Order: sequence, then C-alpha cells, then structure tokens
Amino acid sequence: MTGAKKGRSVMQGSGKSKRKSSRKRKIQRKERGSGSAGRLLVYTLLFLLAAVIFFPIVFAVGGAFMQQWELKEYLGSVLGGAQGMASWSLVPKAPTLQPLVEVLIDSPQFFVMFWNSMRISVFILIGQIVFGVPAAWGLARFSFPGKRLLLMLYIVLMLMPFQVLMLPEYLVLDDLCLLDTHWAVILPAVFSTFPVFIMYRFFCGIPEAVLEAARIDGAGNLQIFLRIGIPLGAAGIVSASILGFLESWNMIEQPMTFLKTKALWPLSLYLPEIGLEEAGAGFAAALLMLIPALLLFLSGQEYLEQGITAAAVKE
Amino acid sequence: MRKKGKAGRVCRKTQKYPLSGRRAVRREFAGLLFLLPGLVGVLCFTLLPFLEVIKRSFQSAVTQQWVGLKNYREVFSNAAFRMAAENTLRFTFICIPLLVVFSLVLAVVLQKLRTGKNTLKGMFLVPVAVPAASVVLVWKALFHSNGLLNAVLERFCAEPVNWMGSNAAFAVLVISYLWKNIGYDMVLWMAGLSGIPTAIYEAARVDGAGEWKCFLKITLPNLKPALYTISVLSFLNSFKVFREAWLVAGDYPHQSMYLIQHLYNNWFRELSFDKIAAAAVINAALVFGLILLLQRAWDSEV
Repeated sequence: MTGAKKGRSVMQGSGKSKRKSSRKRKIQRKERGSGSAGRLLVYTLLFLLAAVIFFPIVFAVGGAFMQQWELKEYLGSVLGGAQGMASWSLVPKAPTLQPLVEVLIDSPQFFVMFWNSMRISVFILIGQIVFGVPAAWGLARFSFPGKRLLLMLYIVLMLMPFQVLMLPEYLVLDDLCLLDTHWAVILPAVFSTFPVFIMYRFFCGIPEAVLEAARIDGAGNLQIFLRIGIPLGAAGIVSASILGFLESWNMIEQPMTFLKTKALWPLSLYLPEIGLEEAGAGFAAALLMLIPALLLFLSGQEYLEQGITAAAVKE
Repeated sequence: MRKKGKAGRVCRKTQKYPLSGRRAVRREFAGLLFLLPGLVGVLCFTLLPFLEVIKRSFQSAVTQQWVGLKNYREVFSNAAFRMAAENTLRFTFICIPLLVVFSLVLAVVLQKLRTGKNTLKGMFLVPVAVPAASVVLVWKALFHSNGLLNAVLERFCAEPVNWMGSNAAFAVLVISYLWKNIGYDMVLWMAGLSGIPTAIYEAARVDGAGEWKCFLKITLPNLKPALYTISVLSFLNSFKVFREAWLVAGDYPHQSMYLIQHLYNNWFRELSFDKIAAAAVINAALVFGLILLLQRAWDSEV
C-alpha cells in the first residue's frame, strides 16, 4: 500500500510535491509509532490468551514432578480435610521424579494400560494406511461407475458422530464374536473414512501430467501408485496418520462401549479412575500419556495443520 | 445398453487425454480394485449394520416383531431423551457461534502478524493434541467447589460457584469445548484467509478503503464458503465434548450437562437397543440433512 502511494507522489514529481511527500513521510512515521504501541497491545493480549490456553498443560506437567506433601498443600481443600481454597504453583518447590518412577516401575497396572493404548493406536494406524491409502488413490485418480456416490458415502460416514455408529458397530462386533477384545476397538477405526478423505484430497492435488508421462513410459497402474502416488502424496499420508493416531490415542467412547474387561482398557479409561486422593500417581500417569501426543505434535505440527485444512477446503 | 454407456465414456476420456486411448476403460476398473478392500470393510462395519439398525428401529428389541413407529414415539416422549437433546442443542447453539466468531477474530489478528505467528499458532493448537484424559485431574482441581477457579473468584470478591453441582456445570462444558477447539478452527480460518488474493486488498486500499472496510467488504464475503464448512466441522466436534463431561463428572453428571451420549450409554447398559436404534436414526437424519445443506451451500457458491 505504501509502495503504491509513494509511486504516485513520485510521479507527480515537482518540487512542491517533494515537500508534500516529506510531510507524508512524517505522518507515516507517526502512524508507525502508534502502530507499534498497538502491536505491543495485540501481542500482549495474544500471549495472555495463549498462556490461559497453555495453563492446563503446564499445570499437568508441573504436577507430575511434585511430591505428595506439596500436592496436598495446594490441593488439600479439594481433596477434603483442609480448610480454605486450593492454590497452585507452576513450578514445583522441590521437583522430584519419585511419582514418575513409582508409576513406571511399581505399578504393573499402568504398564498394561499404556501398552494397551499403544497397541490399539498402532494397529489402527497400520490398518488405516494399508486399507486407506489405496482406497484414497482409487477415489482420487480413477473414474468408474458410481464413484460420485461412493465419495458422498465416504464424506457422510466421515461426518457421522460415534453416537450414530455405536449400535451398528456393536451389532457387527457381536456377530463376529469380537466384543471385549482389542479388535472390537481396532477394526471399526481401521475402516474409518476420515483418513481416506484427507489422503484423497492430497492425491487429487498431484498433477495429471506427471501420471500421464509415467503411463507413456509404460508404467502400470500399480507401479504408478507405488512409485509416484505414494511419494508425491506422502504429506497427505503423514497428515492423516498424525490426526489418526491422536484420535485413537484419545479414544474414550469406543473402548468404554466395547471393552468390559478392565485388563484390556486403554490409558484414557484408566486415568479418570485415579482420583485426586492419589494425585501424585495421577499426574505422573497423565504426563506419560501426554508425552507421545505432544512429541507427535511438536514433530508434525505442519502436517497436522495441513491435515486439518485438507478436510475442510471445499472441492 | 451398458456397452453403449461405456463407449460414451471412453469417447469422453479420449477427448480429454488423447494419448491414453483404450487404457481409460481398464483404468476405470483398476480404480475399483484399489478401493475395494477398504470399501468392503466400510460396508461391513458401518453401512450394512446401519441398515440393520434402521430395520431394528421399527422392531421390538425382545421379540423382533414389527411395531411401526412405536420406538420413535417412545424416544420422543422419553423425559431423559428430551433433556439430553435439549442440552445438546443448547450447547450447540451457544458454543458454535462463540467458537466460530472467536476463532475468526484470532485468525484475522494472527494472519496480520509478522513475527511470532507460528509460535502463537502452535500454542493455540496444542489442545488439539492433548488427550482429554491427561488433563482430567487439572479440570477436577479447577472446577471443584474449593478449586482454583473459585479461589480466583474469591480473590476478586466474587461469589464462589458450585461448578459441578449446579447449572454452572454447563459452563464447564462450554469452556472445555472452546479450549479444545479454538486452535482447530483458527487453523481452518487462516487457510480460508490465505486463499483471498492480496490483489483485491491492494486495489481497495488504493481506492482509499480503511482496515475495517476491507474486513467487512472483502474478508467476510470471501470467507463465506469457509464459514459453512467450519460450522459443520465445529458441530461435529461438539459431539465429542461428551469426553470431557464424562471425565469430570462420570456417568450421571448434573442435569445441565447430561448429553445424548450419556443417555445412549445408559440405554446401552439396559440393553434397550430398540430405543437406541430409533434415536440413532433420528440423529443420523439430522446430520445427513446438515450435510446436504452444506453441499447445497457449496454448489450455490460456485
């Protein structure tokens, strides 16, 4: 904008306008001055908001490094017994690894649940890739009778909440005698249409000319898919995987409905059972559940954003 | 007749990609082959059983006899269903406008920043990755009647609120939902914003349009298609708020946060599949209608 204005004043080009433009520059400088104060305000507000949003996470992480007496001091009134109100300190007074170590070593229960979660999430991820990537490729790069209808079906199913799919899934799993096994949680999620749709969007973005060139060189369908489709659509596969893993790591409704045996439960069902009375162990276990999700977030934030956007940009 | 149709398609294909010629026919079926394994799973695990559920919604759960619309009548006259549906709808109508507007403001502000944009974006987006179960203790400590939030209120000489035991429980839901989804929606808005060509803004500014006018006359109209999608996605994510509700309050929370999913779980425990079936069909019809509306909105935009 300033460039355009400057250009115009230069074009006027006489001595008179030179003075004018210098005045203009002064005004501009003034604007910039007030702008920087405004900007400071904006930044302060934004960082304040970000701090509020961040607070629960810092809270949870800090709690995992506190000793039991410190937690009791802060949360005594919540746990019962103590008077007054709860308080909190973001940084532990006497940081300790004790609760973490206790959870990791002395509670076999935690270990079982952690690996249940891991197993469920990893199996879902593998399944989604094995079945989802070819399906997305088929939908994105081919035309066959009924394709529009199938695509519509995938979108509709992608948008259906669990409440709608709960009973249908239960009926099939019951027929297959899979209830109360990990497969009951894994299989329906493997055939979730959400990752297929995300990868579909990415595969659609590959220019047809590339595939045409490969076809002329005599590459078959499978070869094109493996050698061109997968490498060029890798960002989509990664995006869908990250979103998929976070979703299955965080799954609550499905295991709650399909798993009765406690030994099969994932962490997400086990954690809420830890009350504030055992806050030390609770915070430590929560941190161990948070770590894989946060690591994934930090390493793949860009892909996560792409995945979120891919589901939403209109065709 | 089928043959004729196929020939027609080949023709179209050949015109579009003159070099591919006959191969276009084969490619059609190859596409189905790629899709087939996943499609079989989708059909087996969702679509076919859903048809079964539609059938069951007209049958009695015990005897499998046809009962017509009895299940639907029962669902609609069920007091718990009414309460849950009312809460869910109220939640939707309060939260979605709040979230959509708030995240839009955030996106517009963030889009203009030159430094720190990505850091801030990351910070707002983190809750998307945080598993609900891992902050449940925090939520409990915050919203307990002697909890942190009330401690803060007390300091400002305000009345402490009984968060979990009164209608304020609804506010707990709203806060959790906003916390979880603000970054998600913000990223969607930012994608929409970056799709608006900067040339339009430059032209408008040359014509003397101010910041505010640019926003009203250029940004908002251009974001209309994004608004539809974002609203629908926010609506669908709003069903997931059950997680937070269940985590902080368990199976039988305060009335004001009793959601459809709570009701389904209770029916599930009683094995009243006929009621769940009818309710699921109603729910699916609602979501389906919404998707059709969205589709139409998209089509009219083009």
